[in-house]
Amino acid sequence: MIQATALTKRYGTKVAVDHAEFTVAPGKVTGFLGPNGAGKSTTMRMILGLDRPTSGSVTINGIPYDKLAAPLREVGALLDAKAVHGGRSAYNHLQVLAKANGLPRARVDTVIDLVGLHSVAKKRAGGFSLGMGQRLGIAAALLGDPGIVMFDEPVNGLDPEGILWIRNLMKALAAEGRTVFVSSHLMSEMALTADHLVVIGLGRILADEPMAEFIAKNSVSYVLVRSPQMADLAPKLALRGWRVEMQGDGSAHVYDAKPSQIGDVAGTEQLWLHELTLVHSSLEEAFMRLTASSVEYHAGGTAGTGTTQDAAKPPSSPDAPVWGEAAGDGRAQPPAEPDPSGQPPTPYQNSERGQ
Amino acid sequence: MSTITDTRSTLTGLTPLPPASGRAGFGGALRSEWTKIRSVKSTVWTLAAAIIISVGISTLGNWGQASHTSLSAADLARRDLVQRSMFGIMLGQLVMVVFGALAITSEYATGMVRTSLTAQPRRLHVYFAKLVIVTVIAFVVGEIISFASFLIGTHFWATKGVDLSLSSHGALQAVIGGGLYLDGAALLAFGVGAALRHTAGTITVGVFLLFVVSIIVNFMPDSWQADIDKYLPANAGGQVWATQHTADVGTAFGAWAGFAVYICYAVIALLAGLLVFKRKDA
Amino acid sequence: MIEAVGLTKRYGDRLAVDQLSFSVKAGQVTGFLGPNGAGKSTTMRMILGLDAPTSGRVTVGGKPFAQAAYPMREVGALLDAKAVHGGRSAYNHLLCLAQTNNLPTRRVDEVLELVGLAAVAKKRSKGFSLGMGQRLGIAAALLGDPQVLMFDEPVNGLDPEGILWIRNLMKALAAEGRTVFVSSHLMSEMENTADHLVVIGRGRLVADCSVQEFIDNNSELSIRVKTPELTKLNTVLTDKGAIVRADGDEALLVTRLGMTEIGDLAFDNGIRVHELSPIQASLEQAFMELTKDSVEYHAAVPAGKGA
Repeated sequence: MIQATALTKRYGTKVAVDHAEFTVAPGKVTGFLGPNGAGKSTTMRMILGLDRPTSGSVTINGIPYDKLAAPLREVGALLDAKAVHGGRSAYNHLQVLAKANGLPRARVDTVIDLVGLHSVAKKRAGGFSLGMGQRLGIAAALLGDPGIVMFDEPVNGLDPEGILWIRNLMKALAAEGRTVFVSSHLMSEMALTADHLVVIGLGRILADEPMAEFIAKNSVSYVLVRSPQMADLAPKLALRGWRVEMQGDGSAHVYDAKPSQIGDVAGTEQLWLHELTLVHSSLEEAFMRLTASSVEYHAGGTAGTGTTQDAAKPPSSPDAPVWGEAAGDGRAQPPAEPDPSGQPPTPYQNSERGQ
Repeated sequence: MSTITDTRSTLTGLTPLPPASGRAGFGGALRSEWTKIRSVKSTVWTLAAAIIISVGISTLGNWGQASHTSLSAADLARRDLVQRSMFGIMLGQLVMVVFGALAITSEYATGMVRTSLTAQPRRLHVYFAKLVIVTVIAFVVGEIISFASFLIGTHFWATKGVDLSLSSHGALQAVIGGGLYLDGAALLAFGVGAALRHTAGTITVGVFLLFVVSIIVNFMPDSWQADIDKYLPANAGGQVWATQHTADVGTAFGAWAGFAVYICYAVIALLAGLLVFKRKDA
Repeated sequence: MIEAVGLTKRYGDRLAVDQLSFSVKAGQVTGFLGPNGAGKSTTMRMILGLDAPTSGRVTVGGKPFAQAAYPMREVGALLDAKAVHGGRSAYNHLLCLAQTNNLPTRRVDEVLELVGLAAVAKKRSKGFSLGMGQRLGIAAALLGDPQVLMFDEPVNGLDPEGILWIRNLMKALAAEGRTVFVSSHLMSEMENTADHLVVIGRGRLVADCSVQEFIDNNSELSIRVKTPELTKLNTVLTDKGAIVRADGDEALLVTRLGMTEIGDLAFDNGIRVHELSPIQASLEQAFMELTKDSVEYHAAVPAGKGA
């Protein structure tokens, strides 16, 4: 269990994380969402004791990370798959880690088999593809058999098989009772993986709830109805007080009603039904709705970014803040991800411009 | 917001491009290569370093020799002081090798070559445009080095009663030659760089050809040296920035004959580089 | 339009691309799928002339790419966002590209604005984050207002807004009649973006059809029905030859019958229907189904055992 209480991190005048409160519970996959510059990396660094909070606290099973007796047995993290010495074999890399943390040798074999690197275990890690490197990183994270596992962009560089494999692995780890905390920008992947969501924006927690609840709260669902007798059915539905929107293809979108209620109306009125489907928004749509409407989210920035209609307008530079540029026009600026040149390092930002 | 409505483009807010006329050709490639060179600070610094090191060492040499020589003005006048005054070229050529190499190998090191060739897939345009820019820049920097070294040097030699100037016999040609020599070093490296596509390897080959071979040949029996020496790149090329054409062993080429041999090396390298650049998978 | 005919690439004795023939049409987003090592990058590089085919040919707009008058107006490609010189500013990077094709300088400022990098235009690209580097690559691809766009993993490094933005941009560009060719491993993203698919494995073509066709061909559509009279409906449907499974306590999953037929059968038998929905396989499921048996398909180190 990870618990954040009034967690705050300030860099000078910039508040990167602002009184964040959330719980990451065991037995489920919790997704950590937010745009660049929202404070995700900072939060994850504080969880791992890489940064000290300005105020508030974040604990691992009640204890701050730096007070843990055997950190690798409590928390395993996959944050940057490339942080491996290329000259060592996978096996040796893990051996070194195991020894350094007083972990039994047998664990190395166990995790290698778990991630499926058995056939290449004795090869130099430098020759690994990104996918294999990712698996090695996961093996390292699981070495201490930790109760908590953290992933940052785990599917980066993986091929479809690998993506499916990691998703299933994360679910399996959660099913075993572990706490699984995943940070990712890929909504479509997150929707398939996470049970619970923590959403952060401008350093503040915007949501901490189960996936289904999040989607329900932030989207408008409707029932898609098809019938050869729509001309008769639609008015009957409207009479019940439900909003009915006819679509170009003859189907109807009905709001505020449950599918079963509509089915009952059709049954009572003796009308044919050829489709009755509850349509919810996707996680992405729910996320966009939440963040578009959150006043805090676009501090002084342009609204209307990232709606599904908006093709040409770029995202309002949540990505740009690496440079920490002030707008200079009096608008409140989103707290930037720390500027790599002047401020604390961001180990999670992929190392720049591999030259 | 633009008032021009481009009904075609979603890339709204962008003014439509002028209608295409002509082709993406050599002119554009030249402009592009010039932008590439001037926009990377480290390249500019490399060239500045070439000037500072070469002129600096020449000046140091000129000052040192002039102040410590016990030879008379008459004796001094018999030596090739013009070449000696530009002595820093010996080290400057290495920096020019680095410059010439990087002009092409950095594209491979950074992967930029794929981006460049995607914008302009006609490889000959890219190669020759780069070559022209490197030739011109190396020439200008080379001439700055040779002229500055010589002209500053004349002051020191004047204190010894030796009256050197650009109108001294053979001086102007030798000073211009100094710049040409440095230009040649850059071109040699460019060709090797295009062929090897690897920065460290290219610089190694450049240093080998301009320095190490001479040292190795020095250890050979005199009779072999007599035949080989004059053809070595640094020796042949060296004649173009000399006013005297003698050799320790065997004979030496004249200024332009030597330069021609020197340039041959560069041309061979450039041809090899051209073939690799044109044919190989990027 | 991109057209490949018998495209083949051999590296020594390894055949990376094997007699590949396909076309990528204008007006739609075409996804290019395949596992690592399938030959996707090699194929894209051959389209751009970066690699020479061992045999076969590939054309863009009817001509080999190198013969286009203004290549950047023909094709804009983002294959590797890291292929830039870190010492150069974003502005100068785009400028030197624009100059090769005689594009006006203002175009550089405009595309920087479009991708949201105007504020950092004069900064060296070495300091860019992954997402910023990606946007720079997208900007470069858009410089020449090209007819054909090629992207390899376009959402890499982008945040959710960025992902939505590029998806919408690609769809809009296709809607204008351009050719959009996208390679990605993210099935879930691809499903939302692509209209058509070209799937390759071990250098060979495995599929070239619409997304819907691909899913239909590689999976079975089932219908979920919720009804207060589960047993009765189950019997009715089974009698008609449907295969019926339970889906929890409240619903049935039916195959071999369509929604219309199920709805009519329920009606005819006086059975109330509380849900009648098509449950379609995802693109990922269809893809996995297609490739799981394909011997050709699996790389040397299959899933669960590395790679």
